[in-house]
Amino acid sequence: MADHVDTGLLKEYQVIGRHLPTEQNPTPKLYRMRIFAKNTVVAKSRFWYFLMKLRKVKKSTGEIVGLNVISEKRPLKVKNFGIWIRYDSRSGTHNMYKEYREMSRTEAVEALYQDMAAQHRARFRSIHILKVVEIENQNQVKRPYIKQLITKNLSFPLPHRVARTNKAKLFAANRPSTFA
Amino acid sequence: MAANADIKPAGWKLVEVGRVVYIRSGPFEGKLAAIVEIVDPSRVLVDGPSKNEATRCPRTPIALSAVSLTAMIIPKLPKAAGTTPVAKAWEKADIDKQWAESSWAKKREQQQRRRNLTDFERFKVMRLKKQANFETQKAFAKIRASAKA
Repeated sequence: MADHVDTGLLKEYQVIGRHLPTEQNPTPKLYRMRIFAKNTVVAKSRFWYFLMKLRKVKKSTGEIVGLNVISEKRPLKVKNFGIWIRYDSRSGTHNMYKEYREMSRTEAVEALYQDMAAQHRARFRSIHILKVVEIENQNQVKRPYIKQLITKNLSFPLPHRVARTNKAKLFAANRPSTFA
Repeated sequence: MAANADIKPAGWKLVEVGRVVYIRSGPFEGKLAAIVEIVDPSRVLVDGPSKNEATRCPRTPIALSAVSLTAMIIPKLPKAAGTTPVAKAWEKADIDKQWAESSWAKKREQQQRRRNLTDFERFKVMRLKKQANFETQKAFAKIRASAKA
């Protein structure tokens, strides 16, 4: 649990929390969330952020009961993921559905944040992940950019390969070959 | 003017399931692996269950920028095949033997051997090279002389 090392990579956390027991309610209801965050601090913070929106519980009147990392069951299998998000743009709030082809749920969510940053200049704070689902039936893939990757007998060449150049040398004796 | 042009398909090596790749950078540099599944246009899942320890590569996703495509293919490899079936198909397609016989592998081996030579061994290589060059020059001189005559 003492995982405060910021690796910069997201993890999936299961956070369980509840309202503090009171005289009226000695056994408050437990709330469980699956949260994508890069460390436990952010995960707990996001848990309270979302729970405050949904129920009348806040950090000062509540407690975290459990916190653990959910790891990918089969990290060496290629999967298609569908992700539902709510996103605050500069002019309004939008719901979105996007698809990603990755090896794990966390990688898919990471790709989503990068994609949203690229396409919409969206920051982490303006995106709520609502649902992440593995699409097991390939016919249910909706987006053309994922459909093209699951076509039968997919093959393509690598026609223009620019080799990494040595930055120390400003000039090269030979033109680099882009064929390989 | 000829009305019909001879058009040949370009002989590109393709990124496809079964294609054997040579890994150029990263933790598995210098290893061989077959493409098992295409993740996206810039990334593939590879698996290299070679019998040869030096070129064996575990199943891993890898960026296409880190690999070079070889001319070798494991024919009819099913998509997303597990390590055991890949190992079987790998052996059946004789990838280890094909690789060992390729000029790519031979050149690489020579480069590595040369890199690990001692100073005296490098000197011996130089002397032997000189001797070999001298022999070819002699042969050429003979041909030149006979051409003039």
